[in-house]
Amino acid sequence: MQPGTEFPAQTFRVTRADLVRYAGASGDFNPIHWSDRQATTVGLPGVIAHGMLTMGLATQAVARWVGDTASIVEFSTRFANPVVVPDDDKGTEIVVIGAVKKIFDDGLVQIDVTATCQGEKILGAAKALVRHQ
Amino acid sequence: MGRVYPPTPPYEVGREKIREFADAVCATDPVHRDLAEARAKGYSDVIAPPTFAIILSQNAGQQLVDDPAFGMDYSRVVHGGQTFRYERPIVAGDHLITVMTVEEISSRAGHAFLTTRHEVATVEGEPVVTIWTRLVIRGEG
Repeated sequence: MQPGTEFPAQTFRVTRADLVRYAGASGDFNPIHWSDRQATTVGLPGVIAHGMLTMGLATQAVARWVGDTASIVEFSTRFANPVVVPDDDKGTEIVVIGAVKKIFDDGLVQIDVTATCQGEKILGAAKALVRHQ
Repeated sequence: MGRVYPPTPPYEVGREKIREFADAVCATDPVHRDLAEARAKGYSDVIAPPTFAIILSQNAGQQLVDDPAFGMDYSRVVHGGQTFRYERPIVAGDHLITVMTVEEISSRAGHAFLTTRHEVATVEGEPVVTIWTRLVIRGEG
């Protein structure tokens, strides 16, 4: 790994069933993640994915790139745009790419992460710090 | 601002909860499911995917929803951003206590912005992860 190293894109399909699964696993039952009625009431176009599901998938992309989940010592992101998940079998697709930004003197590696859905950036300033052996 | 909430009751991290969460975030590393694999890597039990820690933040954050002095309307809450800084992975069998501090509250363009910090440690006092959760509480109208 050196600054500029790019990692292969990781693609994740997200359907309504995945949102229900994430809601149950995480305990986040905010209705904007399962009810179109509630989502549109608060001004959203429809049911959206949990930001933490998106972050979870982005974290998994990093884990696969570096080959060791536990080497991730920090992960930080903003949620830039909602991921709208239609009520059909196909759902939507999240694409995660990343590149090494910097290697610090203490050996920590900063990986900048970009996640998009339908061509739009869904995470802002997403970055991971990983311990590199 | 700067308000520190009382420590949460201990959260017991379960193996099956870790597996369930790993399935939900497509975490394929065997250390989340396979005890032998986790032990071979030096852990006492299976380890949680990194974002599993959000469960601790959510549980502690419930105090803001329940606090009449704070009066947060959950239906107006949007997740603005999230940071995790790990001392070590969360391991099945951990009993975790979270102390939440309101780090920042501000108001811009009719919306409120709230940052909470969550210090997660074992009941024995070993620090595990620090979590910053940034929420936007959307104004009415």
